[in-house]
Amino acid sequence: MSIVDLEAKIPNNVGLRDNKRLTMALEKWQPKFLDWWNTVGPSDFNKHDIYLRTAIGVGQGGWAHFDYVKMPDYRWGIFLADGPADRKIHFGDQVGEAAWQEVPGEFRNRLRRLIVTQGDTEPASVEQQRMLGHCCPSLYDLRSLFQVNVEEGRHLWAMVYLLQTHFGADGRDEAEAMLERHSGDVDNPRILQAFNYPVTNWLDFFCFTAFMDRDGKYQLASLAESSFDPLARTTQFMLAEEAYHLQTGENGVGRIVKRTGELMAEGKDPRTVGAIPLEVIQRYINFWFTGSMDLFGGEDSTNAAESFANGLKGRYRESDGIYKDPKALNANYSLEVPTEDGKIEKKDIPLRRAMNAVLLDAYIADCRRIVDRWNRDLEKTGVSARVYLPDHKFNRHQGIYAGFRFTPQGELIDEATWTHKHTEWLPTQADRDYVNSCMVKVTEPGKFANYIAPPAQGVNNQSLDFEYVKFH
Amino acid sequence: MTDFHRHPDSYHHWKLQIDGDVAHLWMNVDPEHPYKDGYELKLNSYDLGVDMELCDAVQRLRFEHPEVRALVVGSAQERAFCAGANIRMLAGSTHPFKVNFCKYTNETRLSLEDLSINSGVKTICAVNAACAGGGYELALACDEIHLVNDNNSAVSLPEVPLLGVLPGTGGLTRLVDKRKVRRDRADVFCTMAEGMRGKKALNWGLVDAIWPKSKFQASVDEHAKALATAAPKRAAKGISLPKIERQLLAGAKDSKDLAEGFRYSCVTVELDADRRKATITVSGPTGNQPKNGAEYEAAGAEAWALRCYRELDDALLQLRFDHEQVGLIVLQTRGDRDALLQVEKDLFANREHWLCHEILLHMARVLRRYDLMARSTYALVDADSCCAGAFLELTIASDRVYALDSDKVEFAVGPLSCGLLPMSHGITRLDNRFLAQPEQAAKLAKEMPTLNAADADENGLCTYLLDPVDWDDDVRIALEERVSLSPDALTGMEASLRFGGAENCDSKIFGRLSAWQNWIFTRPNATGDEGALTRYGAPEGARFDWRRT
Repeated sequence: MSIVDLEAKIPNNVGLRDNKRLTMALEKWQPKFLDWWNTVGPSDFNKHDIYLRTAIGVGQGGWAHFDYVKMPDYRWGIFLADGPADRKIHFGDQVGEAAWQEVPGEFRNRLRRLIVTQGDTEPASVEQQRMLGHCCPSLYDLRSLFQVNVEEGRHLWAMVYLLQTHFGADGRDEAEAMLERHSGDVDNPRILQAFNYPVTNWLDFFCFTAFMDRDGKYQLASLAESSFDPLARTTQFMLAEEAYHLQTGENGVGRIVKRTGELMAEGKDPRTVGAIPLEVIQRYINFWFTGSMDLFGGEDSTNAAESFANGLKGRYRESDGIYKDPKALNANYSLEVPTEDGKIEKKDIPLRRAMNAVLLDAYIADCRRIVDRWNRDLEKTGVSARVYLPDHKFNRHQGIYAGFRFTPQGELIDEATWTHKHTEWLPTQADRDYVNSCMVKVTEPGKFANYIAPPAQGVNNQSLDFEYVKFH
Repeated sequence: MTDFHRHPDSYHHWKLQIDGDVAHLWMNVDPEHPYKDGYELKLNSYDLGVDMELCDAVQRLRFEHPEVRALVVGSAQERAFCAGANIRMLAGSTHPFKVNFCKYTNETRLSLEDLSINSGVKTICAVNAACAGGGYELALACDEIHLVNDNNSAVSLPEVPLLGVLPGTGGLTRLVDKRKVRRDRADVFCTMAEGMRGKKALNWGLVDAIWPKSKFQASVDEHAKALATAAPKRAAKGISLPKIERQLLAGAKDSKDLAEGFRYSCVTVELDADRRKATITVSGPTGNQPKNGAEYEAAGAEAWALRCYRELDDALLQLRFDHEQVGLIVLQTRGDRDALLQVEKDLFANREHWLCHEILLHMARVLRRYDLMARSTYALVDADSCCAGAFLELTIASDRVYALDSDKVEFAVGPLSCGLLPMSHGITRLDNRFLAQPEQAAKLAKEMPTLNAADADENGLCTYLLDPVDWDDDVRIALEERVSLSPDALTGMEASLRFGGAENCDSKIFGRLSAWQNWIFTRPNATGDEGALTRYGAPEGARFDWRRT
């Protein structure tokens, strides 16, 4: 592919035309990416015309260009958000100094690791979701799935851009390795365990986008504060797209909850009409919410302290000036720590070491907000049942609560109680079988599967019966 | 007192599993059982307690499980093979403890190598997940390193970039000397905190094999089985190693000399805190001793040749860890020279028998532990001494030999001095002593003479030959003078003078690496208030004094 072709194929604001090294790297990587997309991307939908949003610029409306496009022809672009030329470092040990336009040698490996770990999640979710198109509840939702998929693909591009531009030969090797690892592959899995879980039905998908992508939002937000300016500006732009994915998840779970509420209000047992009982939805929420918390890393983490001290990862909305001390020194953070004798104690640790916990707290508050919203919709249907967000200590496999058993209410319990009760709290095989049995494929414009309520409105001011995906 | 006794039935951190001729040693460190309070042993990180169990396991494989011909060192934890020595433990330890900890772990790794080189038990390290620092150094001590190729698990030596110290358990030396990794690649590897994975680790010679995750354990086990089959047979049934019995001395010996200390059946340690000295008295065999392999098997750990050196080993460790103030070890030998020499002759004649072979290897390791004591060592040879065979080796392993000029004093070279008890750097103590006259070393080893004091002095085995009228006073003055000198300077001086001639991998590990490491450990850049080791995991990063020295 010539440089001119690349320019046309890859919308960008990073001067791709003049960047010989990047052009050469992309010429090699881009065909491998397409290969990856065709092999493990969405199964069977590469020839369909899909009403997709493509980012073509960072200005007003530039990232919301809608048109029919076949997915392999989607123009995966590279964009950095606009930012001041003289941006200053605003947290950590080097606060006040100029932000870095190039990677400082001393932080090179750490930064690369952060970018690779983030980047690895992007193609992973596409792989996890590849079979969902075959059982879509509507054309509207099918389009949403593919929108999420192509944008996760673009986020991979964004991370690959950073690796290829700033990390030399190692960066190019890492870019290739991201196409070689595969979700759930026993021998070559994705780096983070939650990205190897199967996503087999749309309740999984919506929970995934509501909770896991929301973790992604918070990770991106902390990188968007980075002293490494290209990383900060890349992730700022990714956040705009990520917001749509969170909406898809928040609305998706909300619509399933609402539908179940409506059926209950009508006196119907959801199980008799192919809908999903509230307690099953609750178990899915429990599973995905707790899995997403494990992605934040240990609550007490020397790694997190170093990333903050070095100015690589900031706190959520650090640049808005909402924190008193940009160095986060001389302050403690209180953690609830389980003790050997079965109690919970408060323990103060230096704030910097608690940066993962600080980010996690912001995330949990956000999750609480969406659950409240789902409950308001439930209330409107007239039923008294509610869903809830489990305690942050429940079902954890990473961090200070790993190895202990808690109820969803946060009560410390013994192994025997857990063994006896956990099927009430986490999806069982029977739950999965049942939810999978509800997955009927609905492709008639304007129609929706019976387990999910229609959305409040269509995409880009189109009607709900718009033909979001054209089957040929 | 420190209890070094461990037994597989009560391990906290390892599981020893024997399946015919293949043994698995699974590392599964219990975070809640640190050796001292104040830190958690996360991610299979280790401390002294963990290493005591490893040391015990290797020792039991030798003596209790001669049917084993291949050993797989693996991890029972899915997320970590081993994260190395626990950083918080190191950061919270005194300097002497750190140094002794490193020395002990080094000796344990050397014993693992000894198991392969001299006992023929082939060792494989099965790196199933992240393997950092001391974890990789443990792997380096095995014959082969097999790494899971999951695009994630790496081997690494992150000490320099993360902690501002060196890998303290032979990592640097084994990388270039044992594995012969090219020096520039070793340089890259040792400054890359995240380490190396899969194919690259293989191509650079950091590991010997990589396997896909789904086939990892099966591939390693299959390979271990093949190694076991190819290795020579040792024996079907071993002997058991009971706990070493030790008693405290009952206080005052007489009104002037308030001696305290502890004793075993063949070894006594008297401590003189005021004079900062410890007197170790080792005693030769009494009663009937085994004559051949079968009799040794029947006698088991009760045989003097095994019991005495196990006791001496424990005594040396007690001095290292619990008696930092002791600057001078005074060595005395007691017993019947002929009986001792007879035991050694029988062991020598039966050295092909697996158990006699193991007993000799064990003696050699204990003598090396003595060579490596960071204390001054003076041997006193008087009329009651049993300065023969391996006890003569102990005598000339000491920094100085004070002999009484008397007809009753005799030095007897035994059959083991010809090379069965090599020093760390591979040569005999006679060779090491007579670097300028190799023919003298060869003559003594060959002829195995018994010499009176004057002849021994003539033959270069004494430092001072003292007239009986001078003995008490001169010895007293010599001891007092020695302990008045700077302990640091003495440690460095002794370590430099004890090992003459060419270095090898083992001696470099102790000499060069631990000297550098000990220096770095005490430098502000590592352990000052703003040093990298102090600041590791602290809210603020390290600040360095950039001057190179």
